[in-house]
Amino acid sequence: MTLEERSLAAPELAGRRLPRALGLLEASGAVRAAVAVLVVLALVAPLLPGWLLFLLTVAFAKGLVVLGVVLLLRGDLVSFGHGLFYAAGAYTVAFALRWGVPVRDAAPLVLLGTLVATVVAALVGLFIARYRGIFFGMLSTAFTMILYSLLLKLYWLTGGTDGLAARPAGILGLQPAADTLRLTQYYFVLVLTAAVTYGAYRLAASPLGYLMRAIYDNEIRVEYMGASVRQAIYRTYVISGALGGLGGALAAVAVGHVAPDLAYWTSSGEFVFVALFGGAGSVFAPLLGAVVFEFVRNYAFKLSPYTWQLLLGSVLVLVILFAPGGLWSLLERLAQRARGGKRS
Amino acid sequence: MEQLLRVAVDGLSFASYLFLVSAGLTFIYGVMRILNVAHGSLYGLGAYMAAWLVLRLWPGGAPGALALPPVWSYGVLLLAALIIGLVVGPLLERVFIQRVVDRGEVIPLVLTFALFLMLEDIMKLIWGVNPLGADLPYAMLGAVSLAGVNYPVYPFLLTGVAVVAAAALWLIINRSRFGKLVIAVIADREVSRALGIDVPRIYTFAFTLGAVLAALGGAFSAPMISVVPGVSVEVIILAFAVTTIGGLGSIGGAAIGALLVGVLRAAAVHYVPELDLFVIYALMTAILLVKPRGLFGGVEVRRI
Repeated sequence: MTLEERSLAAPELAGRRLPRALGLLEASGAVRAAVAVLVVLALVAPLLPGWLLFLLTVAFAKGLVVLGVVLLLRGDLVSFGHGLFYAAGAYTVAFALRWGVPVRDAAPLVLLGTLVATVVAALVGLFIARYRGIFFGMLSTAFTMILYSLLLKLYWLTGGTDGLAARPAGILGLQPAADTLRLTQYYFVLVLTAAVTYGAYRLAASPLGYLMRAIYDNEIRVEYMGASVRQAIYRTYVISGALGGLGGALAAVAVGHVAPDLAYWTSSGEFVFVALFGGAGSVFAPLLGAVVFEFVRNYAFKLSPYTWQLLLGSVLVLVILFAPGGLWSLLERLAQRARGGKRS
Repeated sequence: MEQLLRVAVDGLSFASYLFLVSAGLTFIYGVMRILNVAHGSLYGLGAYMAAWLVLRLWPGGAPGALALPPVWSYGVLLLAALIIGLVVGPLLERVFIQRVVDRGEVIPLVLTFALFLMLEDIMKLIWGVNPLGADLPYAMLGAVSLAGVNYPVYPFLLTGVAVVAAAALWLIINRSRFGKLVIAVIADREVSRALGIDVPRIYTFAFTLGAVLAALGGAFSAPMISVVPGVSVEVIILAFAVTTIGGLGSIGGAAIGALLVGVLRAAAVHYVPELDLFVIYALMTAILLVKPRGLFGGVEVRRI
């Protein structure tokens, strides 16, 4: 959409139902609750069974990717192609291990995966920052499908559909034994997730964060104000891609394996799915969404392997039709009611 | 030479079913401004319905309890497409999509993705997870020899169906009252509404027409493939590529896009099999970068 069309579309835009809580600054209650949840997650971890630790670890890793998707959603941009960064981060870890990079520790490998994804985002962003609406989504899908087709077909390099192993020898110099491996990974991912979420929280309150919200409301007015829309979108896109790479690298380390499906369009669709499911109203919402999503999927898949997508799809339809702010807005409504419904 | 002929024949048959699916997708986008991910599921439903009916009526390729002549199986393919298109199409549009049609482009996209996920499982629930292979209509036509190489005849029938569908679509849009109303709605929703056009009804009709096209693509490719869970996933992403290349909203563009993608893929399969998917998405990306509205997207104005 060109700027002129945007201005013409403005009345329609204003009539659209915005998610109620698109506010950028979190209610102080939400921050306190998030810190409390973090402390609880850290304290109870040694008591949790391995499968639960694994589930939470993967959920946090994916939550970071979803956070990246949400940053863009706040500017009304839907990336139907974050699998690109997810897979870039994950495959970087696997390639580094396979091609005998001297470093075998998870931490520097995750950093490397994040860097590679950031570079990819910086390049793709040069092109994609010009696009809006459906074209933004289509172009991001096209890029991730290119990566998918290469990962799938260049068998000698990527192992094709078999994928590659991604098992670093240790984390931050620790060499955890098999029974404490899950716990070590869990803490590693938890700390990173907390740090990154804090960063995103600060970002949302920064000029760039406000600019993205202004772009959501009316892009052409942002330009009239003298700010560069394309630059704001470009920067947000690079940050978003970095988050995708970080999530992918962490997921690869936790799962110990990478496959081309990470870059398939359905994988990207899932991130958008979780983003809307959790809601875009808070930087904590993607994590909440990702954790609930992994639980629902895990149980639904166990109970009935042929109907879990049916269940997930129905939940998403209900969220879109009846709770446009996602899970987070439901939580907020609950919290509000608990306080007597006076403060917002 | 022989190789080139093979590429042309394979490309044409691939392009035919891609066109059927993409034409519906692009038509729905043109009218409703909704990119319908669930369009792939309509293809899948059409394929399952057709394969299931053919297997029911002619178990093992022999006339079953009803003792229908096997030639009727072509009619059954058409019937399957119509059942799916005319039942599931309006259902999806009325119950779900109509509710979000005014909520921008992102929300409807995600809603149709949710519907897509649901339909994936619904297909598994109805028809199970074992592949359905109903090749009676395919086998009956046999093969024809061109320049010393044998080609199955059925893909040419598929091309015929695509051509007939394209002609019918052209007639509907350009020579019928419904077509005139559709063009009015595309030009301006609000003015159309003010003039007394029942816009939601036009949406339902347009969506149903698109659904029939997708189901036709599915039903008529069912005899050539083995129908398994996941057929929809591949088709929809290819249809995205085709419509983007041709220009979203342009039916002529869908035809050119389908031909380009079909021939390109067939050529890649014959000459550089490792890159058969890569070439499609590379072309899609290149077109988006150079002409974001596709080869036939035009600037704005009218898209159909």
